[in-house]
Amino acid sequence: MSFLQCFLLAIKGISTSKMRAFLTMLGIIIGVASVIVITGLGNGMQNYMTDMFEGMGTRTLNINLTGRGSNRTISVDRMYEIAEENKEVISYISPKVTVQGQVRCLNENMRTSVTGVGEDYLLINSWEILSGRFIQYFDIAERKKVCVVGSYYASNDVFGTSPVGQTLKINGEAYTIVGIIEEIADSTQNSTDDMVLIPYSNAVKFSRNATISSYVASASSDESVTQARVAIENELYKVFLNDDLYSVISMTEILDTMNEMMDIVVGILAGIAGISLLVGGIGIMNIMLVSVTERTREIGIRKALGAKQRDIKSQFIIEAGTTSALGGVIGIAFGMLVASMIGPVFDITALPKIDSILLAFSISVGVGVLFGFLPANKAAKLNPIDALRNE
Amino acid sequence: MIRFEHISKIYQVGDDEIRAADDVSFNISKGEFVAIVGQSGSGKSTCMNIIGCLDVPTLGSYYLNGTDVSTMNDNKLAEIRNKTLGFIFQQYNLIPKLTVAENVEMPLLYGGYSNQERRAAALESLRRVGLEHKANSFPPQLSGGQQQRVSIARALVSNPSVILADEPTGALDSRTGREVLEFLQELNSEGNTIVLITHDNSIARKAHRIIRLFDGKIIYDGPADSDQAVVNPDIPHGEHIKKEENNI
Ligand SMILES: Nc1ncnc2c1ncn2[C@@H]1O[C@H](COP(=O)(O)OP(=O)(O)O)[C@@H](O)[C@H]1O
Ligand SMILES: [Mg+2]
Repeated sequence: MSFLQCFLLAIKGISTSKMRAFLTMLGIIIGVASVIVITGLGNGMQNYMTDMFEGMGTRTLNINLTGRGSNRTISVDRMYEIAEENKEVISYISPKVTVQGQVRCLNENMRTSVTGVGEDYLLINSWEILSGRFIQYFDIAERKKVCVVGSYYASNDVFGTSPVGQTLKINGEAYTIVGIIEEIADSTQNSTDDMVLIPYSNAVKFSRNATISSYVASASSDESVTQARVAIENELYKVFLNDDLYSVISMTEILDTMNEMMDIVVGILAGIAGISLLVGGIGIMNIMLVSVTERTREIGIRKALGAKQRDIKSQFIIEAGTTSALGGVIGIAFGMLVASMIGPVFDITALPKIDSILLAFSISVGVGVLFGFLPANKAAKLNPIDALRNE
Repeated sequence: MIRFEHISKIYQVGDDEIRAADDVSFNISKGEFVAIVGQSGSGKSTCMNIIGCLDVPTLGSYYLNGTDVSTMNDNKLAEIRNKTLGFIFQQYNLIPKLTVAENVEMPLLYGGYSNQERRAAALESLRRVGLEHKANSFPPQLSGGQQQRVSIARALVSNPSVILADEPTGALDSRTGREVLEFLQELNSEGNTIVLITHDNSIARKAHRIIRLFDGKIIYDGPADSDQAVVNPDIPHGEHIKKEENNI
């Protein structure tokens, strides 16, 4: 008897007793559904983190110099030299000085935070200029009172549509707007677009201790991120002689580490949920054993009419496999439904990857086949004379 | 066609040895209509199981169509049953969840025939028993007589060399029982070899030849119309016939 015929027979068997088939599948449905929910949430979480980190730039390195309790410092020029000496792995570097201060446009107080940056800051973040120009080397060298603003300033009512050329005040000092950066987020207040960038040489003057403790750098490629980090760390160590006094953090590396951790956590949870698949398999075996007993006469008839052991065996194994595969499909659908309802609670789109769906499906088929073996063997070994005798 | 050579079937029950068949030898040729009769416990089912390749003898050889099947394994026997034997059971033994046509098709399913071949042969077989209009019904929807005719159709579908009928009228009222017997006679007249198992002498007499068993041994093997054919060793002659005639 062909596989297709066995399969059709199994479908027939399932459809003639739907309630029982459903109860048989229940364990598998619950097991698969919980695996799908867990991997779905895990995947949603990872996607969310990836999006977040990609917004910060995957090649970006954040350098923080605390230098606390030590009189060692490193100059801006030395930092630029380090980048230059490692130019095959480090493309750009820029100081990043947060200014404590008030932005005032015409007569309006803004809540925008001001950051002092270098001329490569735009490239490090892969941003584009919407109009005007970015801060340039001579602005920094000559401490020009110029600034570049985010697209929020092109969309609010303060400057109308063309802020370039107009003036705003930072802590009372007048700065001329020389450029606008294209929209990065949604041009609203407090978004990334709500920013004012000035030459870092000016920003340092606003800060109390006049030192620069933050830099951003970008690696030349996604692959050289780690090399770039190590290169910078080595140079910083030579200066600070204590790796507690500085930190170089790569967003990609953090993301990778978090994803790895997430994979482990999801794997463990899915594994625990997967145990219920085992329980589901035992449920299938149980019902199949009952079914073999109930169908003793049918088996006897089939054998008397010429069914071989392997025909009976494959009939029951395929029936078990089909039952649990169906349970798997229902479980996948149910799990995706539940995941899509839970997702929004955590502000993520909880959708499992296609390979975890396929894996859940094949495991459920496998479980059915595995646990169908014992009942199928029992059925195949039945003696047709005994099977036909009893009434 | 069927040759039993000193067939014995011995069951060991505790310390006792039960000879369900005891040195049974006979030949059945193509086209014969033979009834195997005997009281309950005389060994009819044992012989029928061996003839039907559902069981193998403890001693002796069984030749079916010239090949020794008494030493074959399970799978080989299944193949022989499928290709050369047609079964008609007392309890019809139809599968209630399958349609009439699907029941009739079943031997062909295990014979490896295609869907269309099976369907065509099943309908043809059902036509022979006059039930083609019931092809898509389910067995429990049919009367006992109709169900037995379906099981006859199933026995015929694979064109077997031997049709084995085990108490085919046992569960039927006398009129439908007679119809079934007439149908078996008709099949025999078309050239089919038929082995009928019954405890009922009057039914056995519809066959051409009677093999009577008693305690696992053959005590009569000859024409069905001989007086001796219906003599039961432990019941006086006349009384016995009267009793059996009341049954039908
Ligand atoms: N599996 C078995 N185990 C032990 N004894 C059996 C078995 N099958 C049949 N017998 C015995 O063999 C004898 C013949 O049985 P059977 O062939 O069924 O007779 P019949 O069909 O003529 O009633 C009986 O005494 C029965 O008890
Ligand atoms: Mg019997």
